[in-house]
Amino acid sequence: MAMQFYASPEQIMRDRSELARKGIARGRSAVVLSYSGGVLFVAENLSSTLHKVSEIYDRIGFAAVGRYNEFENMRRAGVRMADLNGLSYDRRDVTGLALANAYAQTLGAIFTEQSKPFEVEICVAEVGATPEEDALYRLTYDGSVNDEPGRMAMGGQAEAIAGSLKSQHRPDMSLGEAVRLALAALSSVGGEGGAARTIAANQLEVAVLDRHRVGRTFRRITGAALTALLDGDAAGGAEPVGERAETPTTPTEEAGKPTTSAGSADLEGRRDADTPEA
Amino acid sequence: MFTNAGTSSFTTFLSKVAPEMLPGRRPLPPGMAADMAPHATTIVAISAAGGVVMAGDRRATMGNLIAQRDIEKVHPADAYSLVGIAGTAGIGIELMRLFQVELEHYEKIEGAMLSLDGKANRLASMIRGNLGAAMQGLAVIPLFAGFDLAAKDPARAGRIFSFDVTGGPYEETGYDAIGSGSLFARSALKKRFRAGLSVDDAVRLAVEALYDAADDDTATGGPDLTRRIYPVVMTATAEGTHRLTDAETAAIAEAVVAGRMENPGG
Repeated sequence: MAMQFYASPEQIMRDRSELARKGIARGRSAVVLSYSGGVLFVAENLSSTLHKVSEIYDRIGFAAVGRYNEFENMRRAGVRMADLNGLSYDRRDVTGLALANAYAQTLGAIFTEQSKPFEVEICVAEVGATPEEDALYRLTYDGSVNDEPGRMAMGGQAEAIAGSLKSQHRPDMSLGEAVRLALAALSSVGGEGGAARTIAANQLEVAVLDRHRVGRTFRRITGAALTALLDGDAAGGAEPVGERAETPTTPTEEAGKPTTSAGSADLEGRRDADTPEA
Repeated sequence: MFTNAGTSSFTTFLSKVAPEMLPGRRPLPPGMAADMAPHATTIVAISAAGGVVMAGDRRATMGNLIAQRDIEKVHPADAYSLVGIAGTAGIGIELMRLFQVELEHYEKIEGAMLSLDGKANRLASMIRGNLGAAMQGLAVIPLFAGFDLAAKDPARAGRIFSFDVTGGPYEETGYDAIGSGSLFARSALKKRFRAGLSVDDAVRLAVEALYDAADDDTATGGPDLTRRIYPVVMTATAEGTHRLTDAETAAIAEAVVAGRMENPGG
């Protein structure tokens, strides 16, 4: 007769936490931080098509580390929930907090009820009118939520990266400064013997929620625009983001299908008249 | 239900979780209901060199009454396409919002836009879903036009699709009009349209065609100079969708009216 071994609830939870934590720490990191012109996402990602950073709604972005299939599932759920709420109420009624709460419920239920927890860590970021009004929510594998103060790092050696972010991050940074800080923080760990290393531009996934846009604010920064930001000139750099209203995406991008659009509001391309360029 | 691997289509998702939010999924009592809700009227679309122009008058009618003088019936469907609605205004606006979310949702889930033909087919299936209500007099007919990013010849990138109540998208060459005044607008366009028009000329032509529709159809509103209500005119080009400002449409509409003072036939 098979013997049922007893395992205490504490032991089960501890084992699940350990599994999730190990899984998340194995991956590459991502950082999210607010800067003067919006919220910046930078993730180390070898693929240019399997995204770790995505758009959820007008002013809400999503970044995740861990298992791709698991956070992709969360991302789709978030887009569905946001679009459903936006259609039934109004676009302004879709908030980052509601999404963070829904994710917390889902991740918490999976952690306690399923035999394997999701090995993911998620950031839900909402861009506000000023850097002080930006909201960054950190969701962990067990469903706990943290409201982060303007910057966060997740995945890989997150604590070391967060340390170097914390000492140098200011909410009034320009986009160029913010990108270079994020890159410096990401590359400060992971080299031989814990030393710094170099990360090439094509291994970075960079996107922003542009504070000064009306309607859909999410923009990816790739190719020449990204290289220009990383090289950076002393004057603070030309800011390529937000120029789409004047110089739109060319139809020949990658697969011939651009991913930028803001169709759903009549506000497409319009910027607040009184807000200067970041 | 939110986390199912499921579909990239928002309407398919809605049909599972909230079918009552889809027009056409609501049970209607038998009988005709054609006169109980406002009707939106004439929309014209013209393809030009390097894009497409869509314009709509501002009137909604209920039988012999004017229900609204400044309704907006032409909207961007996404960054490169436009949709105009004629027929039952309430269902039309709901359908148009749903279509906008459908396109944006696909784009966010898949990370790429639908092709222009894909968008037209999607709209067709949404119209088809409303067939039951259409047979009771609550029909909605959209006009869809957009800039085709995959077009090889930029001169042919502006494309127009019309629909019937049963769905069925039909691609139109050059120009098309829908709604109660469409007969007159289309006749006007037939005489004036030339292939390869510039976008500016097409904008003027669209306003002229709406004037002709308003001239002969009571349900179509002409430019209202006293209240300063002018047609909504939008373009879709390689730069994306653009709505002409009120000042721009006012100038064009005033020029059209001034021209008709000389020659009422245009």
